[in-house]
Amino acid sequence: MNQVTLVRLCVIAGSVLAVEALCRFGVINRLTLLPPSEMAAYLVHLLVSGEINQAIVQTFSNVAIAFVLSVVFGFVLGAVIHAMPRLRRACDPFLASYYSVPIFVFYPLFVSLFGLNRWPLIMIGFLFAITAMVIATLNGLDRVPPVLVKFARVHRMSRSAEILRVVLPAAGPYLFTGVKLALAYSFIGVLAGEFILSGGGLGYAIAYAYDAFDNRTMYALMLFVLIVVTAINSALFIWEQRLLRRRGKV
Amino acid sequence: MSVSHAELREVSKVFPAAGGQGDVHALGPIDLNLAKGEVIAVVGPSGCGKTTLLEILAGLAVPSGGSISFEGRPVRGEVPDGIGVVFQEDASLPWLTVWDNISFGLRRAGIGAAEIKRRVDDVISFMGLEDFARAYPAQLSGGMRQRVCIARTLVLEPRLILLDEPFGALDQQTRLLMGDELLRLWRKTGATIFLITHAIDEAVMLADRVAVMSARPGCFIDLVKTEWGRDRDSRVVADGRFGALTGRVWTRLREESLKSVGRSINRVPAAALS
Repeated sequence: MNQVTLVRLCVIAGSVLAVEALCRFGVINRLTLLPPSEMAAYLVHLLVSGEINQAIVQTFSNVAIAFVLSVVFGFVLGAVIHAMPRLRRACDPFLASYYSVPIFVFYPLFVSLFGLNRWPLIMIGFLFAITAMVIATLNGLDRVPPVLVKFARVHRMSRSAEILRVVLPAAGPYLFTGVKLALAYSFIGVLAGEFILSGGGLGYAIAYAYDAFDNRTMYALMLFVLIVVTAINSALFIWEQRLLRRRGKV
Repeated sequence: MSVSHAELREVSKVFPAAGGQGDVHALGPIDLNLAKGEVIAVVGPSGCGKTTLLEILAGLAVPSGGSISFEGRPVRGEVPDGIGVVFQEDASLPWLTVWDNISFGLRRAGIGAAEIKRRVDDVISFMGLEDFARAYPAQLSGGMRQRVCIARTLVLEPRLILLDEPFGALDQQTRLLMGDELLRLWRKTGATIFLITHAIDEAVMLADRVAVMSARPGCFIDLVKTEWGRDRDSRVVADGRFGALTGRVWTRLREESLKSVGRSINRVPAAALS
């Protein structure tokens, strides 16, 4: 374990212990915040009892579908836009201002299109995530050194071999950033959608507990979401760092 | 060295107008015979079309006029089998180790694993890369990365090797040593070598013939035979003829270089130089 990781862990552990102490000694009201140890204990109880299994499956399957769709379609769309400079010039203003659009307002439209099922939420997660992937793809393809494309031609590669063996690996770090962002945005889109608009999933369970003043459930679920998202992002970060280190970029 | 290996006849390149300006006549007409097994170096002012010429010869670019043939077969917009290219820029694949970079082309060609190992190990040993076989390009210096690119070309056993300023990013001493390595591999493989370079001394040291190009549109204005022996190396810079040859090349090149940078020639009377 290097020194930076150690410092990072100390900061996290110190913060958790400080919150624990503030809650235990009554500085923070229990109605406002529960001690982290109680959150964790109740989370274990919820997981063991299986009470939230359905919500977990629903949320994570929605996130997974939104994530996969956004990565695949985002990459294809990015590659198509990259190959057509005029289309790119036309799309640039939309891509630049995309995140100023409140995507949640389209929920009624998605309900009328897809019905009252999981797909409207998946569409919200998908729309949140896809643009990050499109932009990352454009960035990555812009930065493929032209000499590598010439190298592919010297090796008489077909267009598909050139893309698979040279272009994609060369653009890899940028595409990886897109994948990371797409995952984060899929989580945000789906969870926020469940919180505000849905009748199921972890987001809805948190909102329900909040409305019912059920702090233990609410904080336990929040802790669960936090742990899962942090774990996934940390794993991706470590993988990304390993890739970048090979290329001398960290 | 009289058998023609590659031929360029009346080759020219015109780039179409961009932004309302007129067409750019970049190159030609160029006529050149590359004898089998010779080293020919091309020098010329910046922007005279040297790289364009190399790309046309490689089949990476299509000429606007004229014809190219390699081993009797026409070359047009596709790199023929038997031609290897080393670029000026770092073309190593940063996601692969040195060993995987070098074996890349062989694996694509569907050669058996044992044969790949033999050929890659041979070329790694020849290029002095044994200690770096498992390293990634990012862990190597610029010179070492260029060696990897040369090794990757060499392992495919090309009969014509095109080098586009391969040592351009290296310091003078490393360039001289890399030149020695290039001559060593030339003697070993017997390949024909077509070298583009900015450095007159490098051209004169390495080549059997030095082709001097004019400012744009680039044409050959002189073809200088060096007449070094096949066993030459960088020590030819100490040879008395070396100065005369580089002087001749520079005399032809100076006027063209000044044209290319858009300056009038400040003519100094010959007497003042003596």
